[in-house]
Amino acid sequence: MKLGVLVNEGPFTHQASDSAYHFVKAALDKGHEVSRVFFYYDGVNNGNKLSAPQSDDRNLVKLWGKMAEEHDLDLVVCVAAALRRGVSDENLAPGFRISGLGQLIEAAMESERLVVFGD
Amino acid sequence: MAEAETLDDFDETDEDVKRFMFVNRKAPYGTIYALEVLEMVLITGAFDQDVSVAFLDDGVFQIKKGQDTKAVNMKNFSPTYRALEGYDIEKLYVERESMEARGLAPEDFVVPVKVVSAAELADLMAEQDVIISG
Repeated sequence: MKLGVLVNEGPFTHQASDSAYHFVKAALDKGHEVSRVFFYYDGVNNGNKLSAPQSDDRNLVKLWGKMAEEHDLDLVVCVAAALRRGVSDENLAPGFRISGLGQLIEAAMESERLVVFGD
Repeated sequence: MAEAETLDDFDETDEDVKRFMFVNRKAPYGTIYALEVLEMVLITGAFDQDVSVAFLDDGVFQIKKGQDTKAVNMKNFSPTYRALEGYDIEKLYVERESMEARGLAPEDFVVPVKVVSAAELADLMAEQDVIISG
């Protein structure tokens, strides 16, 4: 199945990003196609390379980047939501790109399901 | 003319057009969800998709008339809901139970809405291709 994924919460306050990460990993392992993961609201913080969690904590920013590299996954951070929260090209983590909300609508239009993670 | 109408009908079911519903459940201020949902709604309209917007729980306050946000130093974005019509976004639903629990009536809103029961809203949700809530 062709899936689009929307991540609506940041990686530290809320579990949504972890759930999304594990969902995408499982979907790819099962042979599904993930056309895009779009990050909105505080979800854009998943793409902030200045995040420095403690060494015994998982580092979702790096995990997403690694997954993007291994699976040629399209990780898109919403530009308006990102700039508001201080995420820009200067501190964007490897594997992510910044683009407009249109990329979310496009992903929803092209995918069989848009799976949303957040409240 | 009959042919043109047939073509129009065909366009309505074009596979590039999906049914999107945005579900607003939170008060307009206090968190950013309402404002950023509205940004998604406007973009989806610009993509000529079939857009519905639902207001339930404290989300019904998003479209209440007479919002004065000076004291909380936030921009009053409620006038933007009136611009939705310009994007052909006219399917606006308010859940009756949420509206009544908050002492509101259809005339309290800045835009014309269709008031539906929770059960009717569930049926509408079941008809959608994409549901995004905030």
